[in-house]
Amino acid sequence: MTALLVTLIAPAVGAVVLALLRSLALAGWVNLAVSTVSLGAAGALAWSVALHGEVVGLGLRVDDFNVYLVVLTAFVALTTAIFSRPYMRHVCERGMTSEGGMRVYHAMYQAFMFTMLLALTTDNLGVLWVAVEGATLATVLLVSLYRTPEAVEAAWKYFILCGVGIALALFGTVLTYFAAQHAMADPANGLTWSMLYRQAGSLHPVVMSIAFVFLLVGYGTKVGLVPMHQWLPDAHSEGPTPMSAVLSGLLLNVALYALVRLKMLVDGSLAGTQSPHLAGHLLMGFGLVSFLVAALFLHRQRDIKRMFSYSSIEHMGLMTFGFGIGGPLATFGALLHMLVHSLTKSAIFVTVGHATHIAGTQSIDHIRGLIRTQPVVGWSLLIAVAAIAGFPPFGVFTSEFLLLSATMQAQPWLTLALVTGLAVAFAGLFRHLQPMVYGGVPEGQKPVSANMVPIAVHLGLVLWLGLAIPGYLAHWLDRATQLITGSHLL
Amino acid sequence: MIAPLPLLQQLVLVLAAIVLLTSFVLLAQARLISAIHVFAWQGALVAAVTAVVAAAGGAPHLYFSAVLTLGLKALLIPWMLHRLARRLELDRHVETLRLPTLVVMAAVALVIFSYWLVLPMVQEGLAFTRNIVAVSLAVVLIGLLMMVFRQQAVAQVLGFMSMENGLFLAAVSATAGMPLVVELGVAFDVLVAMVLFGVFFFQIRESIESLDVDRLNRLKETAEERE
Repeated sequence: MTALLVTLIAPAVGAVVLALLRSLALAGWVNLAVSTVSLGAAGALAWSVALHGEVVGLGLRVDDFNVYLVVLTAFVALTTAIFSRPYMRHVCERGMTSEGGMRVYHAMYQAFMFTMLLALTTDNLGVLWVAVEGATLATVLLVSLYRTPEAVEAAWKYFILCGVGIALALFGTVLTYFAAQHAMADPANGLTWSMLYRQAGSLHPVVMSIAFVFLLVGYGTKVGLVPMHQWLPDAHSEGPTPMSAVLSGLLLNVALYALVRLKMLVDGSLAGTQSPHLAGHLLMGFGLVSFLVAALFLHRQRDIKRMFSYSSIEHMGLMTFGFGIGGPLATFGALLHMLVHSLTKSAIFVTVGHATHIAGTQSIDHIRGLIRTQPVVGWSLLIAVAAIAGFPPFGVFTSEFLLLSATMQAQPWLTLALVTGLAVAFAGLFRHLQPMVYGGVPEGQKPVSANMVPIAVHLGLVLWLGLAIPGYLAHWLDRATQLITGSHLL
Repeated sequence: MIAPLPLLQQLVLVLAAIVLLTSFVLLAQARLISAIHVFAWQGALVAAVTAVVAAAGGAPHLYFSAVLTLGLKALLIPWMLHRLARRLELDRHVETLRLPTLVVMAAVALVIFSYWLVLPMVQEGLAFTRNIVAVSLAVVLIGLLMMVFRQQAVAQVLGFMSMENGLFLAAVSATAGMPLVVELGVAFDVLVAMVLFGVFFFQIRESIESLDVDRLNRLKETAEERE
C-alpha cells in the first residue's frame, strides 16, 4: 500500500514543487528525481503484487493487469525525463519558449504523470473519468507551449475534440451507474469496478450496450481511433517532442486500458443474450478501420512527427482489434504489443527530437543524411523504425505474430486485411525513412549533443523481448490475460 | 389524492423540460452576452432540479450538489465568461447562425433521436427516469451541435459547458447523483477547463487576431500544402 501511495503522491507533490521552483537548471533535475522515486515505488508495488496478489485500499485497486501499465508508465516517464532535461534547455535557449513556459512544462509533466497513474490505479469508474479528463487538461497547455499559430490551433483542436469525446464517456459512465442502481444490493458502490465486475451478470444488458457505445466513442477519442483521431497528429506534431513521446507511449495506453476494463463489464452483462460479443465486435471494427486508414495516411505525410503519430494510430488500432477478438492468445498479444509499442514509440520520438535539432526542421523533405552527420542518431532512427515496422528480431514482431495467429484462428479472412495493412505501413515508413537517413547531407549540418541512453535502453529492451521473453514477464502477462479473459495462455 | 412523490417528480420533469428549452435558446441566440445569461439560467435550473430531486428522494447529499452547481454553473462560470467577453471586447458581438432553420431542425431531430435511443429502456418502473435520461441526452447532443455550428470560440465554450449541464442532469435525475468524490472531481475538472479556455481565448486572439475559430485552418494533411 505504501508503495502504491508513493507512486501516486510523488508526481503530485513534484507538480506543486516544480510549479513554485524558479531555478530552471534545478527544475530539470527535480523532474528527474521525482520520476525516479515514482519508478522505484512502482517497482516495489509490482513486487508486492507478484508476491501477495492485488493491493486494495482507499478506492485504489492494483492487480496484475494494471500494475504492468503502472510500471511501464513510470519507466517511460523516467527515461523521457532524462531526455527532456537537456532537450528542453536547448529549446529554451533557442527562444522557442519563455522561462515561465518552462515552469509550466515541468509542473504539467508531473501533473500529467499523476493523472495517468491515478487513472490506472483507481477502482472507481468516475474517478477514472476525472483522471483521464485531467490528463487532457494537463497536456493541453503543453501542446501550445511554443505559441506559434499552428501550436495554438493544434491545442484548441485537442482541447475541444477530447473535451467533447470525454463528455460522451461521462454519459456512458452515468448510464453504467444507472444500470448498477437497479442491479446491486448496495447502489452506493455502483461505480466501483470490482463490485460491478462481480455482479456484471445482473446489469441490464440493453442499458450496458448503449453505455458502451458512448464509452467507446469517448475513450476511443483518446485512444485515437478513426474517425475521432483528428486531434492526434496535430497535437503530436506541434507540441514539444518529450510530450509527443509520453502522449504516444502512455496516454493512448491509458485510454485503451479504460476501454478494456469496460469491455469486461459489458461482456459480463451481455453473456447469455443474443449478442454476447457486441463489445468485442465494436472494438474489432473500430480497431481495424483505424489500423488500415492510418497505414494509408502514413504515405501522405510531410512532417516527421505527424508521420510517427499516424504510426501510433495504426498500432493502437491493432491493439484495439486484438482486445476485440478476445480469447487468451489475442489478449496476450495485445498486452505484449502495448508494452513493446510504448517502448519503441517513445524511443522513436526521442530520436526524432535529436534529428529535428540536427536538421532545424520537422519537414521530412529537409531532413537528410542523418547517418553521415551524426551516425548514432541515424542508426537509432533506422533501428527504431525497423523495430516499429515489425522486423523479426524485435518484440513488435513477436506481438504482431501472436495477433496474426489469433486472427487466423478467430476470423481467418481478416488476416488478409491485417497483412496488407502491415505491408502498406511498412512501405510508408521506409519510403520516407530512406532519404532521411541516407540522403545527401545539406551544407552546414552539424551534429548536436545527444543523450542516447534512453533510446539504447528502450531499444535494448524491445530487442530482448523479441529474442526471449523472460519467464517471469511472460507469466506476469499471462496472469493479466487470465484476469481479462478468464483463461490461461501458457 | 395525489401522493407527494409523483408531484415532485412532475416538477422535476417540468424543470428538465425548461432546461431543454434553454438549450434551444442557447443554440439560436446570436448575441454573445445574452447567450451567457441564458447559460447562467440553465445552470440555475439544473441546480433547481437537483434540489427538487434531493427533496423528493430524501437524499441529503444532493443539497450539497445543488449548491455546488448553483455556485459553479450559474454564478462563477458565467461571471468568468462575462469578464472575459468584456476584456476581449466582445460585449456587442453578434454572430448570426448559418442556416438557422436547418440547425434548429437538426436539434429537434436530436431530441427525437434521444427518445428513440432510450426507448429500449422501457420497463416497468423506469418510465419516469427514461424521460429524464432522454432530455439530458438531448441537452448533451444539442451542446455538441452548438459546438459544431458556432464559429466563435466563446460560443463553442458555451456549447461545451451546456453539454456538462446535460451530463449533470443525467447523473442527478437518473441515478440520484454520482458519489461525492466523483462529483467534486468533475466540478474541479470543469473549473480548470474554464480557466484554460480563458487562457486560450487570449492565445487564439494573439495568433489570428480574432476569435473566429474557423480561421484556425493552418493544419491540414500537409501533402496538399506544397502542391
